[in-house]
Amino acid sequence: MDARFHRPKTQIKVIDNASRTNKFASKSRRKRGSFVERTLATLVSKTESALFAEQLAQADGFLQKLDPRVKIVGLLALILAATLARNIFTILFVFAVAVLLAVLSRVPIRTLATRAWLSALFFTGMIALPAIFLTTGDALLRLPLLDWTITAQGLTSAFYLISRVETTVTLSLLLVLCTLWTHVLKALRVLRVPVVFVVILGMTYRYIFVMLETAQNMFEARQSRLVGALGASESRRIAAASVGVLLSKSFYLNSEVYLAMQSRGFRGEVYTLDEFKMQRRDWFALTGFLSISLFAFWLGRQDSLATLLNFN
Amino acid sequence: MHIPDGYLSPVTCAVLYAAAAPFWAIALNRVKKLLNTRLVPLLSVFAAFSFVIMMFNIPLPGGTTGHAAGIAIAAIVLGVWGSVLAISVALLIQALFFGDGGITAFAANSFNMAIVGSLVAGAVYRIVAGRAELASTRRVVAAGLAGYAAINAAAFCASIEFGIQPMLFQDASGAPLYAPYPLSIAVPAMMIGHLTIAGLAEMIVTAGVVAYIQRTDVSLLKLTAPDAPAANSVETPGWRSTKALWIGLAALMILTPLGLLAAGTAWGEWSAEDFADPAAREQIAAASLNQAAPTAPPEGLARLADIWTSPIPDYAPAFMNSPEFGYILSAMFGTGIIIAFFLLCSWIARIISGGRKISPTEDAN
Repeated sequence: MDARFHRPKTQIKVIDNASRTNKFASKSRRKRGSFVERTLATLVSKTESALFAEQLAQADGFLQKLDPRVKIVGLLALILAATLARNIFTILFVFAVAVLLAVLSRVPIRTLATRAWLSALFFTGMIALPAIFLTTGDALLRLPLLDWTITAQGLTSAFYLISRVETTVTLSLLLVLCTLWTHVLKALRVLRVPVVFVVILGMTYRYIFVMLETAQNMFEARQSRLVGALGASESRRIAAASVGVLLSKSFYLNSEVYLAMQSRGFRGEVYTLDEFKMQRRDWFALTGFLSISLFAFWLGRQDSLATLLNFN
Repeated sequence: MHIPDGYLSPVTCAVLYAAAAPFWAIALNRVKKLLNTRLVPLLSVFAAFSFVIMMFNIPLPGGTTGHAAGIAIAAIVLGVWGSVLAISVALLIQALFFGDGGITAFAANSFNMAIVGSLVAGAVYRIVAGRAELASTRRVVAAGLAGYAAINAAAFCASIEFGIQPMLFQDASGAPLYAPYPLSIAVPAMMIGHLTIAGLAEMIVTAGVVAYIQRTDVSLLKLTAPDAPAANSVETPGWRSTKALWIGLAALMILTPLGLLAAGTAWGEWSAEDFADPAAREQIAAASLNQAAPTAPPEGLARLADIWTSPIPDYAPAFMNSPEFGYILSAMFGTGIIIAFFLLCSWIARIISGGRKISPTEDAN
């Protein structure tokens, strides 16, 4: 059952192809083609990133070897410690732990930088930037021409937001990149998520790729029949009609799947096989995760540290 | 709209988990009763559908693009409770497997989009559509409005969640720990983007999809409108619906003098002179729970009042003798400027993209 044991040899190649197509996808997006092309690029890059995650999840690293339950509980504890922290020092400490975990799990730093850090920095940075002027507090610096004042509290709060988002995004990306999705699902049972939900989640994840492919085919078919640029209202009509077609197709798919399930004896009850076994390594890792998280939690409560690394 | 981890405090997230849990339980019960064994495949496939359409680029008037969340589509086709579950599942998949939206913020995102969004979309659709025929234009308009209302209600909830963070959570030095903006900034900042771009994208997609369903498979609309008469005459519904919107807009412009009937000045829209005028001060006090207004205008108001004097002060041009007529003229002028602005934007966008526009008939070949 464990996919680690029958790993095909061609995987590295697939990773290569994935990143190459990804580049292609982002290039065509930069070209600002029609909305059809842009939607296609988004659909392709979503599939690629999921494929890439699946490849990496089977690599030989620290997090990959752990029991998924330990991984989920441990990474969630670290995320919680980072969100609870009341000083920046603690957030940076958890961030360092996250980067260390990434290195131990052979997750390329470049992947983290492009998929998590840069996009989070750009998005959250834009949101946090005005806060350095708008938050009331002790004035640090006055911008000469605009007469805007940078406050210590504002700068600190912008730093809080950015560092916290970077840390939690890194941790959740590590969970995505280092765990097979089937394992995440099973481990969710440990967190008392009802079985029905877990099964629905699993089936949804499978059908997302069917739907992504269907949508991709639809847009490719449209794109290959296009000569010249589309008018705006025509584009909107196509967009709405594509959603409509996809909706009808999903209903059709639903009844097909339902019949298939019924013919295999589905009567509404759901069973999952719990086959994880905790090994000594897992117990060590769990203890490690929890003690680091508890330490970070304690550290985060120390208001005396608030002056350290803060701007006031 | 997907709130990442780090923007909301864990306490807020916990409260929202508690708030969302009963809705999830009710939804699961209701849907289970209705669907029985069909529940699992239907929700799975529909959640996958919601996930995929969130990735579609929707071209908007004016040359920009937006993304639709498809909340109202789910609420119209699956019913409110089915939509609550399907959208929640789609959000959880996004958080767990694709890193969009936070894991601790999952309940917040579900509460805003899946729960509040679906409930608002269902209510608006039901009220506006009434007992109209399944294939009627009124249902297209209702769907568009439902989409617009749903996404804005969700954004409003998110902005409130953001806005209360700096009040409740600060570090020892008084610096906000999470989202740094108070309600007075968070609400307008969130709402401007959603009242325009995101709301428009949602409106276009929802109305367009319902119009499409009416042409192809009208039975899909039956679930949320069981007592609607079946369509016997196919009267080519669909994008003609915009005509109804234009008529509505014109009617609103003609009805603008109703604004003159409203007593007093709008709350908060006082000018610096109003603080010196005893009659105006009385109105301010009456509208503000009998709080007497300060005798002098607030310093900031006085300082900023003269920066911008509008070309048509108080909506009536100086040369106009009748204020009513001037008011209507101002309404038409204002709406005209907005429409002209969007036309100008789309014209510029077309020139920049250098695209040759082709007619729909050419494209069909």
